[in-house]
Amino acid sequence: MTIDLNQVDRPNSYIGKTVPRPNARKLVEGRGQYVDDVHLPRTVHVAYLRSPYAHARIKGINTDAAMAIPGVLRVFTGHDLKEVCTPWVATLDHLKGMKSAPQHALAVERAMWVGEPVAAVVAESRAVAEDGAAVLEVDFEPLPVVADMETALDPDTPVLHEELGDNLTFTRTHEAGDVADAFASAAHVVEETFHTGRHTGVCLEPRSILADYNRSENQLTVYSATQAPHMIQSSFAKHLDLPEGKVRVICGDVGGSYGIKVHIYPDEMATAAISRIMGRPVKFIADRLESFTSDIHARDHRVTARMAVDSNGKITALEIDDLTGIGPYSVYPRTSAVEGNQVVNLCGGPYDLANYKATTKVVMQNKAPMCQYRAVGHPIACAVTEGMVDLAAEALDLDPVELRRRNLVPDDAYPYTAASGMKFEGLSHHASLDKLLETMGYDELRREQGDLRGKGVYRGIGIASFIELTNPSPFMYGIGGARISAQDGATVRMDPDGSLVVLSGVTEQGQGTEGMLAQVVAESVGVRIDTVKVITGDTQTTPYGGGTWASRGAGIGGAAAFRAGRALRDNILQVAAAMLQSTPDELDIIDGAVKDRTTGEERMPLAELGRIVYFRGDTLPKDLDREMVATRHYITSDYPFAFTNGIQASLVEVDVETGFVKLLKHWCVEDCGRVINPQLVDEQIRGGIVQGLGGALFEECVYSEEGQLENANMADYLVPMASEMPDMVIGHVETPTQESELGAKGAGEAGTAGAPGAVMNAINDAIRPFGGRVTRMPFTPERILAALGKVPDPDSR
Amino acid sequence: MSENNFAYEVDVTVTVNGERVSRRVDARRHLVDFLRLDVGLTGTHTGCEHGVCGACTVQVNGDVVRGCLMLAAQADGAEIWTIEGLSDNGSLGALQKAFVERNALQCGFCTPGMLITAADLLARENQPSREEIREHISGNYCRCTGYEAIVDAVEMAAGTRSGASQAGGDSE
Repeated sequence: MTIDLNQVDRPNSYIGKTVPRPNARKLVEGRGQYVDDVHLPRTVHVAYLRSPYAHARIKGINTDAAMAIPGVLRVFTGHDLKEVCTPWVATLDHLKGMKSAPQHALAVERAMWVGEPVAAVVAESRAVAEDGAAVLEVDFEPLPVVADMETALDPDTPVLHEELGDNLTFTRTHEAGDVADAFASAAHVVEETFHTGRHTGVCLEPRSILADYNRSENQLTVYSATQAPHMIQSSFAKHLDLPEGKVRVICGDVGGSYGIKVHIYPDEMATAAISRIMGRPVKFIADRLESFTSDIHARDHRVTARMAVDSNGKITALEIDDLTGIGPYSVYPRTSAVEGNQVVNLCGGPYDLANYKATTKVVMQNKAPMCQYRAVGHPIACAVTEGMVDLAAEALDLDPVELRRRNLVPDDAYPYTAASGMKFEGLSHHASLDKLLETMGYDELRREQGDLRGKGVYRGIGIASFIELTNPSPFMYGIGGARISAQDGATVRMDPDGSLVVLSGVTEQGQGTEGMLAQVVAESVGVRIDTVKVITGDTQTTPYGGGTWASRGAGIGGAAAFRAGRALRDNILQVAAAMLQSTPDELDIIDGAVKDRTTGEERMPLAELGRIVYFRGDTLPKDLDREMVATRHYITSDYPFAFTNGIQASLVEVDVETGFVKLLKHWCVEDCGRVINPQLVDEQIRGGIVQGLGGALFEECVYSEEGQLENANMADYLVPMASEMPDMVIGHVETPTQESELGAKGAGEAGTAGAPGAVMNAINDAIRPFGGRVTRMPFTPERILAALGKVPDPDSR
Repeated sequence: MSENNFAYEVDVTVTVNGERVSRRVDARRHLVDFLRLDVGLTGTHTGCEHGVCGACTVQVNGDVVRGCLMLAAQADGAEIWTIEGLSDNGSLGALQKAFVERNALQCGFCTPGMLITAADLLARENQPSREEIREHISGNYCRCTGYEAIVDAVEMAAGTRSGASQAGGDSE
């Protein structure tokens, strides 16, 4: 049951308030410590030679020239590393029929994508290691390339892993209701094909690892820029044949992650394997080219959709056919089937829909591996669904808002099980829609749009409702056999001066996790926030947990911290009652002092209680528990996931002569349950929106037919920069989850989930007078001009 | 290696954050690597190494410079200021305070470069418009924030943003 947090004026009532992040100041002063800032004695540096071919046999590697360079210490090939590092196969048992092939830290027989690590050169400095890599002679024999996902399953397409029989790694069809009958009896059927372009995270800090194997203790310490330290610990231990207890993962400051840094990467595993062999610290920091060719990519989907509506504007059926190409291997240990699976789970999600059929096909090809990236599957499902809803509205000659009103799941319908099988505890689509329309002044914008059209100015308004999956239970990964914790824990300790230390299994990559934890603990114990120190990112000291992904930091990590804080408070009050000849019920902790609950009179500062407990325990009753530390865990159990909802709107102006899109304004109203820190939540949403806008308008990993990545640098791969981005208005509806006292659901992916669909609908709304539409992301000026009939379609060349 | 023309070493003497620093470095050493590896100033970050992202932004002789596009050897004799020195001497104080208050940073990797770029704008134009701010920082990539909070914070530091909406941005 959710606690009452309405006493916002009480001292220490931090939950629900904007409080500056305690770790922000060190970052603005350049005092953060990212992996590349860590220097250990005897460190050596590794550079990887990566395959220049999308598919090639490795016939031999001549290392003589590299070894002749002064400062080059060792060269390792795939054959060398497989002696100390076992390969992995990324499948999950609950994804029925899923298959993938063993992947090694360094390619052994074949290189399978441009950028796959083939050999490692270890040297005194990164520069010298790169000199060595440059003169390695690898005898590659090019093999046929499978690049196009559309033909990956054709009979005459080569099978990448013969033992698997075909290039299909996973397929699933979900059907509910009678879809065929619904389409047969529909008043209108609309159909369209959507493409979401393959893109990637472009973390400003590239992937980074410093692995330090100490033979004398059989201990591997890994400084890693990761979202999931315990998952890294478990995976490295397993494949390097170490007990889990002998692997410590330390995660300091991380320069952005967004799902990119939650996977096992072969070059990072290789770095740890090399440290295991050399018995000294080995550092690997990816450069930008390596980041583009070896960070996971995501979102490469082609979705064909059909929607049936009756004459009253009720959506009666939705049918989805999804195809996605994930590269040559499923990525370990989360697998690359999850994104397609999410498309099946999430399409149609906001709508009260009886008949739903969706199929995903996940195929292999010779491109960089794809896997989970911020808002996994959501931007695809949302853009497809919302694109179809706008098409249906057009067919019915209804305002798109009116069609949504008639079909969004009613706010009083919960708990609700969707046709997809997803269970929703409580959502607020209609309240969110109402708030959005009011905030943006929808009717006025429509009037303005009409007026401007008469003057040759083409503005468009796009709306996108969405659901977001947060707070995952073991149903996400654990039941499939992955050692990825859905539970998380927190330890809260009071030191002699009355200050608190919080150790948490969730991690900080800039979202404000540590600030959120400090707020939750300060309030749950009853102290000033500046007396709370938060420690995350160390498998040796924090409770075992999953880390930060799937928007679980606040909802799961925060819930655990709240419980731990309350438990410590109970412990403190027990000791205080014994000291003060009172009972815990008569006492309270406010502002770092024990007070009389009724009168508010101060009885004892926590610093005095700490002094007595730690230094004069002899004065306390012998049998009194005096545990100034408490650990609690939290796991969701009533629902597999805590779904959130929201709605976005985009206002754009399209220059119909150049195809350029100007983003004028963006709105989002979302419901993440209890908002712990409004500013942090709003900034998660703003940052997420811009990431979604990037995928919709600019970002694409462009591959040639030979599987070459043609724009692997930041000059050619376009990311959103300040001058093109709009101001964004964020609003909230709060429907707390009843599963935890805190009531928080996740907020980290809502922005990214809805933005591409909203901007797509806005562009199509702007150019509707011309009769064309865009459905292939990114919506480049050329594609928009093609939709306007002014240039040939670049995608039919 | 001796046959590599880029491997010759050169002597470099610069003033970094007000302190004289002399090192012998590879001729190919970039300024950002020099600062990070030879001087130990890790607040300046390496993001793309080809002058696009702005994470390595520092001040050289008063100009905003990409540390990855300048060789250490080219900086011989120069006066260089990095985030560490500009924090110690307080010259970024108003911007830093506004960035923290407005949460205009998340992961913090772009932040030193962003602050130095924003300070450069405020040194030339003490009342910049939002468009001018966006234009001026458009060579500094931030993946986390979506930029709006940064624009707000620069406005706050310039004193052009009203108090009521300072902390939260345009939020309902």
